[in-house]
Amino acid sequence: MAKGKIVAGCLAPHPPHLVYAENPAQNEPRSEGGWESLRWAYERLRKSLSQIDYDVLVVHSPHWRTQVGTHFLGVEKFKSISVDPVFPHLFRYHYDLTVDVELSRAIHDKAQSQGMTTQMMTNPDFRVDYGTIVACHLTNPSWDKPIVAISSNGAARYYNMDVLQAMMFDLGRATREAIEESGKRAVLLSSNSLSHRHFVTEPDLPEDMSHEHINNHNQYLWDMKVIELLRAGKTKEFSSMMSDFTEQATAETESGSLSWLLSALDFPDYGAELHGYGTVIGTGNAVMEWRPS
Amino acid sequence: MKTGTMNKNPLLKAFLLPGLPHLVLAADQNPGWKKIKACFSEVRKSIDLLNPDVLLVYSTYWPSILGHQVLTRPLSEWTHVDDQFHALGSIPYKIKGDELLGSLIVQKSKERGLYAKTVNYQGFPIDTGSVVVHELVNASAKRPMVVVSSNIYADRAETIVFGKAAVDALKEQGKTAVAIIVSSLSNRLHSEVVAPADDHIHSQKDHEWNLKFLEFLKEGRLEDVSQLSRQFHREARVHKVANFKPFWWLSAVMGQNNLYAGEILGYEPVCGTGAAVVGLTPAHKAAKDLEFDENDPDRYGGERNVIGGDEEEDAGSDAAFMSEEEVFGKAP
Repeated sequence: MAKGKIVAGCLAPHPPHLVYAENPAQNEPRSEGGWESLRWAYERLRKSLSQIDYDVLVVHSPHWRTQVGTHFLGVEKFKSISVDPVFPHLFRYHYDLTVDVELSRAIHDKAQSQGMTTQMMTNPDFRVDYGTIVACHLTNPSWDKPIVAISSNGAARYYNMDVLQAMMFDLGRATREAIEESGKRAVLLSSNSLSHRHFVTEPDLPEDMSHEHINNHNQYLWDMKVIELLRAGKTKEFSSMMSDFTEQATAETESGSLSWLLSALDFPDYGAELHGYGTVIGTGNAVMEWRPS
Repeated sequence: MKTGTMNKNPLLKAFLLPGLPHLVLAADQNPGWKKIKACFSEVRKSIDLLNPDVLLVYSTYWPSILGHQVLTRPLSEWTHVDDQFHALGSIPYKIKGDELLGSLIVQKSKERGLYAKTVNYQGFPIDTGSVVVHELVNASAKRPMVVVSSNIYADRAETIVFGKAAVDALKEQGKTAVAIIVSSLSNRLHSEVVAPADDHIHSQKDHEWNLKFLEFLKEGRLEDVSQLSRQFHREARVHKVANFKPFWWLSAVMGQNNLYAGEILGYEPVCGTGAAVVGLTPAHKAAKDLEFDENDPDRYGGERNVIGGDEEEDAGSDAAFMSEEEVFGKAP
């Protein structure tokens, strides 16, 4: 069996607004568009990924939050409706997805063998979180690839970001090793925004773009700094300031998704491709791609 | 439902109830969990005796960002699985709502300057805490339940105004309610696997703060507890949201005073958190010597008798309130 490989790693934020704006058949609400800069960014990501062959999407999501270790989807098929708890008027998405349970369990077992607390999720009534669904839909709207979905741990709030990041570095390494042993070619998705302070109201027409901008200048400055570092391949330097960024920009890196991704990619010293940046209800979102040689 | 508007507070009683799924799905695995589940039976009986028109539920398990959300769906039907505790099993539920009341709470919230939205969508993910409480006190959907969210960014003023808006709506529709806050006291879950038999409050500090809050609640000092919310948040809560809000909301709904007979039905650890079942019944006899029980007088009206109790006077004349004896039982 050939050695498996991470063929791409992506920062793939999950604002449900982007799916709403695209009006796919799976989503009940209809829109007049909106958030084009980010939707075009995802379009560029899809075009880029279409040029490579891969077997599976592996996604780490802030909206499947677990407290005892890391959990993995362990049921082959899920079919249900995902309703966003904060934006139910925008996202009521009928999903029908396939899980690569074999790879899911392999990452689970690898992490567990290295001392991490892990659990397989085998309840067939479980509803897959919208962070997973939005990131996967925007990356691969045809859903023709199976996924592995990984929960995010709440250690940043229970302890601090440094504790969580140490856990995610371990999980990222275990993910890479399990993929290599599996013989599969995987695309990894870190399903998170950068700065993440929301506005607490929205316009009557949610897609009225005359209202859309970054929540505050501090968030903008931090987002630009992070993007600059990632484009320059300075991932270790960024990791060292992850705690400050997370706290000062109320960043969704609090989920550990991006720490996991950077570790899984073995902290690339090559630059990430920035497909685009935009704000959604005040939060900062970048679509970026690392392509290991 | 009663007709016309009412001037008296329409809230008949209040409860603090925990909301982890173990109480529905795994109570037999730990004697403490079993005790807490049994306490819910007492709550259910108490609610049945009072026979309110509606259960008004503020759930800390339902975080919102765009202001507050209010569940208005006439019938919510789903099979719930908890994100974390999925291995315990599934909870099928049918929750009856009160669309008119929920919609009016939103309207009254807006009139009071808040941002609020109704939620009426098939498949909306009702939170674990609300589902657990529903299944343990209202499983047959005997009476409608209006669930309201906990805004993660809200602080005291916003939360109190939101509570007052609910009272406005109840009064305008002439409905009575039992108020429920779904929340643990200390909320630090175990972060490693702990066998059910070995469950314990996560830390001694959490436990001591829980006991202090329970001491106050037993004395009926709801407003005192409300005023200590920020301190409690700092000392005994994981900082996932801006502040510890449920007692702000509850005190606003119940009348912002200490005029309650408190009843601690149970307190046990559930997965490291402090799970307490507490009842608060409006009463005439308030806890004594509490600064914020003092009036804001514009004209002297005589001695308030805050130092000593006059049993005859304290007994009151309003039959709508339960006496201490009715609540606590006869003294030995």
